[in-house]
Amino acid sequence: MLRYALRRIGGIIPTLLVIITISFGIVRLAPGGPFDQEQTLTPVVRANLDRLYGLDQPLTVQYGRYLRGLLHGDFGPSLSQRDFTVTELIAQGLPVSVTVGLGAILLALLIGIPAGIAAASWRNPGADYSLTVWAALAVALPSFVTGPLFALVFALTLHWLPVAGWERGAPRYLVLPVLTLALPVAAYLARLTRASLLEVLRSPWIRSARARGLGGARVLWRHALQPALLPAVSYLGPALAYVVTGSLVVETVFGLPGTGRYLVQGAIDRDYPLVMGMIVVYGALLLLFNLVADLLYGWLDPRVRHE
Amino acid sequence: MSEALAAARGGRWRAAGRRLAAGTATRVAMVVLALITLLALVGPFFSPWQFDQLDWQHLALPPGRLAAHWFGTDRLGRDLFVRTLYGVRVSLLISVLATLVSLVIGVAWGAVAGFAGGRTDGWMMRFVDVLYSLPYLFIVIILTTLFQRGSIRVLLVAIGAVGWLTTARIVRGETLALKRREFIEAARALGVSPAGILVRHIVPNLLGPVAVYATLTIPQMIIFEGFLSFLGLGVQEPKASLGNLINVGAQEMQSAPWMLLTPAAFLVMLLICLNLLGDGLRDALDPHER
Amino acid sequence: MACAMPSTRMSAEASLAGATEVLRLAGLSVSFATVAGSVSAAEEVNLRVVRGECLGVVGESGAGKSVSFLAFLGLLPPNARVAGSAQFCGAELLGAGVRALDRLRGAAIGMVFQDPMTSLTPHLAVGEQIAEVIVRHRALPWAAARERAEALLRRVQVTDPARRMRQYPHELSGGMRQRVMIAIALACEPKLLIADEPTTSLDVTIQAQILALLAQLKREEGMAMVLITHDLGAVAGVADRVAVMRGGRVIETGTVGVILKDPREAYTRALIDSAPRLDPEPVTPRDAKPERPLALALTGVSMEFPVATRGFGRAARLSALSNVSFELHAGESLGVVGESGCGKSTLARAALQLLKPTSGRVVWMGAALGELAAGQLRALRKDLQIIFQDPLGSLDPRLIVAEIVAEPLRVHARELTPDARAGEVAAALARVGLPARLAGRYPHELSGGECQRVGIARAMILKPRLLVCDEPVSALDTPTQQQIVALLADLKRESGLTLVFVSHNLALVRRLCERVLVLYLGRMMELAPAGALYARPLHPYTRELLAAVPIPDPDLQPARLARALPGEPPSPLNPPSGCIYRTRCPHALAVCREQVPAWERAAEAHRVACHLWREL
Repeated sequence: MLRYALRRIGGIIPTLLVIITISFGIVRLAPGGPFDQEQTLTPVVRANLDRLYGLDQPLTVQYGRYLRGLLHGDFGPSLSQRDFTVTELIAQGLPVSVTVGLGAILLALLIGIPAGIAAASWRNPGADYSLTVWAALAVALPSFVTGPLFALVFALTLHWLPVAGWERGAPRYLVLPVLTLALPVAAYLARLTRASLLEVLRSPWIRSARARGLGGARVLWRHALQPALLPAVSYLGPALAYVVTGSLVVETVFGLPGTGRYLVQGAIDRDYPLVMGMIVVYGALLLLFNLVADLLYGWLDPRVRHE
Repeated sequence: MSEALAAARGGRWRAAGRRLAAGTATRVAMVVLALITLLALVGPFFSPWQFDQLDWQHLALPPGRLAAHWFGTDRLGRDLFVRTLYGVRVSLLISVLATLVSLVIGVAWGAVAGFAGGRTDGWMMRFVDVLYSLPYLFIVIILTTLFQRGSIRVLLVAIGAVGWLTTARIVRGETLALKRREFIEAARALGVSPAGILVRHIVPNLLGPVAVYATLTIPQMIIFEGFLSFLGLGVQEPKASLGNLINVGAQEMQSAPWMLLTPAAFLVMLLICLNLLGDGLRDALDPHER
Repeated sequence: MACAMPSTRMSAEASLAGATEVLRLAGLSVSFATVAGSVSAAEEVNLRVVRGECLGVVGESGAGKSVSFLAFLGLLPPNARVAGSAQFCGAELLGAGVRALDRLRGAAIGMVFQDPMTSLTPHLAVGEQIAEVIVRHRALPWAAARERAEALLRRVQVTDPARRMRQYPHELSGGMRQRVMIAIALACEPKLLIADEPTTSLDVTIQAQILALLAQLKREEGMAMVLITHDLGAVAGVADRVAVMRGGRVIETGTVGVILKDPREAYTRALIDSAPRLDPEPVTPRDAKPERPLALALTGVSMEFPVATRGFGRAARLSALSNVSFELHAGESLGVVGESGCGKSTLARAALQLLKPTSGRVVWMGAALGELAAGQLRALRKDLQIIFQDPLGSLDPRLIVAEIVAEPLRVHARELTPDARAGEVAAALARVGLPARLAGRYPHELSGGECQRVGIARAMILKPRLLVCDEPVSALDTPTQQQIVALLADLKRESGLTLVFVSHNLALVRRLCERVLVLYLGRMMELAPAGALYARPLHPYTRELLAAVPIPDPDLQPARLARALPGEPPSPLNPPSGCIYRTRCPHALAVCREQVPAWERAAEAHRVACHLWREL
């Protein structure tokens, strides 16, 4: 197991480097610069600005400086929000985004997987059907539709929850955003788990286990569940990617001070350091999460560990 | 014997078609989808209003009040019936075209990588993997900021250029699985050239999964485009897409909920129908030989 | 040991005469409720098994053998309908609740299934799977259960039991896995052991070991046993009484001697006759043949594969073939035999250059295949054809039969008009005995035997001069196997083609081939004319192979089983030094460890690689 883990961990660093390099390249090579939209600047002022932000150096030098800065956790100054460095901006907003994102994934796991297991083992056609319907709806309703709809129903009409805002992470402000993000993921997890468990229960070793008189509960939990969870674990990585992109919507709709808007606004304003900082941070988070999912997969399936 | 051959050859697809048409869910989905498409193409001709025409006398009018404005109007007095249908048009157009682009590139890339194997495959797929590890959103954002925001052509390229990654992965996986099957080895043993094997044996056997994948990709593309337009990176005002209509509707939902509900309803119906069709197609094309 | 079941009621008859009667099936009928109506799988089955006796249940697949036993254990799918009576130690099982069945299953009744790879839970360690049965039924703590489990592994002759306890099923060989299954079945000292085709997916030498183990357990534990199998040879070595089933009914029962030597029913007789035998009947002796030209010559062919390694080090190399050389003359037939992992399939592909050998030469009719350009090689392929192991898998599922068979014409005979092509296809189908109406069918609509005939038609349509057959019949059932082999023999006789027949089934090879090559872990062990090889095998491995083939003779088979040699094939990644067979050879000496034996000539056209062949 250890060797498997080390191999996986070792693969992250090169990938991260490539991400950094590619985003650096694309962002830098984009036509137009951050100051193009200002009022016409005199060439002198323009040159000074460029020099101040190091934009007049050759690309390789800029790249080197950037990497060195990264090692110190310094993403550079924000070009659009002049009073802040990118690091400060990210530090402000990241806790919010991470709370909402991880909360959504946890909630999805807590709802989705038990629902899938129940649907597969109860053999109750009514429950099964409603699960299928819910799953189908959840796939068809993107977050930018459900978010406003939830706000409309639960906040504006029923007045159970606030419409938007943050207020230092008070739970009631988290409910709608987390729910919006969690439901589609939960639905997909439930579908995956149900289909997978049904297939595992048809395997020959399950009949063999029953032939040993082990009893339904033990057969289900010890012999069937572990392999049945594998597709759900594989989905965790893409699930986080979904949550990351969905968080942009959710932060907009519910007015959360997270990092999502920095990415979008930064892209619009051509704020290179900000966009790059966001990409690196998000990229690293995704890689880390994928690593955890990979390790979990290896733990569940001994065959993968032994290659 | 040749007539028997000709008859039998069409049999496979026809059988699948029959299975597809048999399911009630898919039948309903096909009908609804056809209706919506028809409405989107033809509907605006029945209204005297253009999609960007302002009706000063009826700002923010709820639906049903006036015959001329079936779905009501928005804050600027533009007719929502026409705008919503335009939005459907744009969404469908972009998603279908983007799916085609991603299919063409993805199938070619994946089939060649999977078939070539070895180092070629390694490099080709490493390229895909790296691009894949960047959430596609980032790439699209980068691309849309590199070039003109909101131009439909750019949007198409951006979405299609990102969508081909998953297609390539899936096609490569399928190609690898196919390559291992004995009938490919049998073809080699017969002396068929590699190009011949690719064209005559591999690609036709890929069509099934690819067709299913394509039908399920179109709704994803619709969502994607809607998502971008919602964030302000996609279709720009005054052009209408379901995404930016929902965006505006969300902002106005406290006072004028119909501005949100109408485009949302159309989007949801489209997506449900397309997903049902895709699921039905997958089940229909999955006969016992699999 | 009385058959006492504390919490059940015994029927009157059972408590009297049948105190030793363990199982009695009376009028047992099983049917399945399907969309197409009720399908009967077993009808009016009457069987009994007593303590210390092994009942063999034989018949073809689909005869209802397994179904009858799965039925009273409650292991059939939910749409099964069971009627009649099944008494275990006097207690009626049909209609018993799941709880009652769970108490019996795994404890008083042990079951061994056919395919140990899929019958063991892949993500649980082997030791845990044995121990959990003990914990469940005997309420022992886990530590004590694990000790018992290890002792059980030793009992079923698993080497290094302490280490095996922690391993997973995929880390063990097929024979080991089956032993683990037997250990699990024995864990709670069952009164009845049911073995459902326990040896079918194993190599023949391992089969012999497992059957010998079962026979030994029956003697030592005194339990009742049911051996369900289609292999009459297996039954001859282990069973005391035999029941023959056909179409869901028991058509004959009797002692093993009577059934196998003097059966009453014609069907039973036919079954016995169709079982392939190794009796020394000579293959048609080839009379003074004119000197045939040299067709295929392999010289020093070796095949190595890199294997993914655990760490970051160099890739290990798996040697699948090592220094294989032989010569085939036109019109000859060569059989290549060996067990799984011996490299026979690799050899088949290397001979046709479907895989490029890492070293060595393959020469066909004077042309060195490895040195040809791709285009030239492809053109030559019309003379070199192959049929594969998986009949369905070797046909493109999207093409109909006619298109599949016509494909070689499209590649090598492009000048033909469509009508001429259709004519050739029709002729090819007729030659392999397929009716013309099947030409428009898809592969998945055909049976296994029909698919294989299509493969043969495709291979033969260009009238090739060399036909390589890679285990072409192992996926088919016995009667179909005979038919396909007969077809191949006919084709060979008619067209004088050179044949290479790769198989693990020694009896079939006997019928078809003039010379036989024995492979072990990719190295040649012996090469001889068929008659000489089967009558007087020189290499110890050949002898073990031949001794392990079960023959349906109840007088001979038990003794043959008792002589089954222990030991597993070594890992191909870590082959033994010197003679590669020495780890299993009962005659191994020091020289066998130090030196690789030379490929010596023992007699006219008889070659062997062994240091000791003269003494044996």
